[in-house]
Amino acid sequence: MAINFNNALGVHQQALEVRGKRAEILANNLVNADTPGFKARDIDFRQILSNAQSSRMGLMKTHKSHIDSRSNSDFHEFLQYRIPFQPDTGDGNSVDSQIEINKFSENALQYQASLNFLSNKFKGLKKALRGE
Amino acid sequence: MALYNIFDISGSGMSAQNIRLNTTASNLANADSISSSINQTYRARHPVFEAVKDSVVRQETALGGVTVKGIIESSAPTRIEYRPEHPLANEDGNVFLPNVNVVEEMANMISASRTYQANVQVADTAKKLLQRTISLGQ
Repeated sequence: MAINFNNALGVHQQALEVRGKRAEILANNLVNADTPGFKARDIDFRQILSNAQSSRMGLMKTHKSHIDSRSNSDFHEFLQYRIPFQPDTGDGNSVDSQIEINKFSENALQYQASLNFLSNKFKGLKKALRGE
Repeated sequence: MALYNIFDISGSGMSAQNIRLNTTASNLANADSISSSINQTYRARHPVFEAVKDSVVRQETALGGVTVKGIIESSAPTRIEYRPEHPLANEDGNVFLPNVNVVEEMANMISASRTYQANVQVADTAKKLLQRTISLGQ
């Protein structure tokens, strides 16, 4: 039986990708903390992860004009605006630096958790290959 | 890999805050620059930030970060003082002082410094995460 990385690693590789993208979005919010008119954005993790998982299977293309349902590494359509605690800041900016920093740290920890899961999976695979 | 973009994003933020700190330094240094005509008087300068539009690189959306759109001069009225003994006084005995609000500039400086620190922290975290990712499975 061949080793299939997709089966062995499970959801964690997609989770890592989404966490990485979320880190980018939160970093972008932070640098625009003083930009007039900028609205803070974020993604719905559950929605995007289920999309990333289902994109593995996708629909079969039987004609060249069929739209590819799989190629979906683009997160742009999942971006949503954050609901601010303070609706009017005077310059139309809805970024709260404290919230963004906290979310960024939280996301970084979750990224490390995903990394640990992946690392353990690899350790398991190595053990199975060695047969010790 | 999205984490690599964070260096660009945080870098753009640090550079923008650096420019903000520069204008603050210029404003504070010229807070007492007296001149003899209203047209030559120094006016407080402030940068205006703008979000860079998201771009699509290799079918993946890259978020742009921030850029300085321009530097505007404050439209607040300049102060006029009657000091006939001053060497720069005009024929009416008036001197013109800049419209720099020192308290506002100090608050600006602290804000710029804190945002800069936050950006450095973000870049540092991204670096650590990447290092751990690279050493995955070792």
